[in-house]
Amino acid sequence: MEYLVQQLVNALAFGSEYALVALGLAVVFSIMGLVNFAHGEVIGASAYTVFLAAGLGSPAAAVVLAVLAAMVVSVALERVAFRPVRNAPTTTGLLTAFGVSIFLQNLFQLLISPRPQAFSLFNGMSTTWHLGPYAVSSLQVMEFVIAAVAMAALVLFLNRSTLGIAMRAASRDFSTVRLMGIRANRVIAAAFAISGALAGIACVFILARRGGVTPDMGFSLVLKAFVACVIGGFGSLVGAAAGGILLGFIEVGLLAALPQEMGGLKEALTYVIVTLILLYKPEGLFGARRELGDKEF
Amino acid sequence: MSALLRLEGLTVDYGPVRAVHGLDLTVAAGELVALLGPNGAGKSSTIGAITGLVSCSGKVMFDGADITRMPAEMRVERGIAASPEGRRVFANLSVAENLRLGAATRKDSTAMRADMARYLELFPVLAERYDQPAGTLSGGEQQMLAIARALMSRPKLLLLDEPSLGLAPLIVARIFDFIGRLKAEGMTVLLVEQNAAQAMRFADRVYVLATGQTSYAGPASELVGSDLMAMYLRS
Repeated sequence: MEYLVQQLVNALAFGSEYALVALGLAVVFSIMGLVNFAHGEVIGASAYTVFLAAGLGSPAAAVVLAVLAAMVVSVALERVAFRPVRNAPTTTGLLTAFGVSIFLQNLFQLLISPRPQAFSLFNGMSTTWHLGPYAVSSLQVMEFVIAAVAMAALVLFLNRSTLGIAMRAASRDFSTVRLMGIRANRVIAAAFAISGALAGIACVFILARRGGVTPDMGFSLVLKAFVACVIGGFGSLVGAAAGGILLGFIEVGLLAALPQEMGGLKEALTYVIVTLILLYKPEGLFGARRELGDKEF
Repeated sequence: MSALLRLEGLTVDYGPVRAVHGLDLTVAAGELVALLGPNGAGKSSTIGAITGLVSCSGKVMFDGADITRMPAEMRVERGIAASPEGRRVFANLSVAENLRLGAATRKDSTAMRADMARYLELFPVLAERYDQPAGTLSGGEQQMLAIARALMSRPKLLLLDEPSLGLAPLIVARIFDFIGRLKAEGMTVLLVEQNAAQAMRFADRVYVLATGQTSYAGPASELVGSDLMAMYLRS
C-alpha cells in the first residue's frame, strides 16, 4: 500500500510537470497555430537567470525571479522571432522555433558552460512529509498542488477576464477578435506571457528535483510535453493538462510494473501505449470536441 | 450634410484579381445606405476595406480622418462596428461572452451592463440562451447575436454584411424590422445585401455594385422597378 501511494504521488508529480509544460505549448498553439519548440529554452533561460542570481540567497525571491524571467523571455521571443513570421505558413513558424531553440542552447553553452552547473538554492524544498501512515516527498506533493493551482488560475483567467475570453475566441477566429477592437498583438503577447509563467513554475520544480542546470535541460521535457499535447488533442488546453498527467501515469506505471532488467524498455513501451491511444482516438482524447457546436455556412 | 464615411477611389486586389475598382461611396450620419449586388460584385471586399481586415488602395475617410492605413482594431475605437458575413459569432463562447467581447473597447462597465440588458430584452431568445455556447444557436439567433455584439461597442457606424444570408423569410423580416428600428433611433448603417427587396424597405440610398464597379447610385425609390433591379438583383 505504501508503495502504491508513493507511486501514485510520483505519477502525479511527473504528470504535473508534463502538464505545466504541455499547457505552455497548448496556450500558444491554440491561438497562433505555432508549436513552440523553443519553449524548453524559455525554461532554460529562466533556470540560468536564477542560477546567476543564486547569490540572492532567498529561495522565495528566486522562485519569483524564475517565473518573471520566463515570462520576459517568452514575450521577447514572440516579439523578436515569431511576430515577423506570424502570417507565414505554419512550417515556417516551426522551423523558426527550432532555430531559436538551437540558438539559445548554444548561447547558454557559450556564455555559461556546456557542462551541468550545480544549483542548490531549492534543495530545501525536498524533504519527506508524513501524511498519516505514508511518507511522501514534499517536492512531489508541492509539484502537484502548485500545478493544480496554476491551472485553476488559468481557467479563471480564461473564463472571467476580457483578455482571457478574447484568447479563447482567438483560438477559433482571430480576425473576428480584431473586429471587436481587441489588439492582436496584446492577445498573442498575453498567450506568450502565460506560457512563460507556466514554464517558470516548471523550471523551479526541475531545478529543485535535479539540483543543476544544463543548456539542453528544457528540450527533452518539451518533447515529452509535445507528446502529452498530442495524446490530449493538440490545441485543447484540457487535453494538454490531461495528456500530461496521463503521460506521467504511463511512465511511472511502466517503471513500477517492469522488472528491473527491462527498465530500458520504458521509453519504447510508453510510445507503444501512446500509439495505441492515437489509433483509438486519432484526434487525441479531447481533440474531437473542437468541431462540436460549430455552425458554418 | 457631411459624410460620416467616405470612400474615394477604393480599390481592392487579391493578387491579380481586382475585386473592387475605384469605388466612390458616402454614408452621411443617420443614413441607412444599402450596397446591393450579385455574388462576387465586391460588396464584402468593400466592407473588409472599411473594417480594415482587407488591405486596399484609394482612400477611406471616417469621421473626418483618413483611416485607410489604420489597423482594424483601432477603427473599432473610432466607432466602426461590423456584423460580418456569415455572422462569425464565437461558437465556443457563450452568448454572454460574445456580447462582452463586443464591448471590449469600453471602460464604462455600468453602462455596458445596461446595454447588454437592453439587447437581451430586444432579443429575448438571446436572454434564454445567455450561458449557452453561441455555436448551438440557430442561424437567425446567431445573426441577432452578431448584430447585438457589434452594437455593444456603441458604434457611430454599423456595417451589416448580408444579415439575411441563409435565413428563413420570417426570420429575415424580423431582422430587418430591427434594422429599421436602429435607423429610427438614429444609427448610421451601411447594409450589404443580396435580398434587395428587404434592403430597400428602409434604405435611404442605394449603391448597386457589379463586378467591382458602381452601376447605380441614388435614392432607393428610383431603383425600384428599373432594369437594373431585374438584371442584378433578386427581390
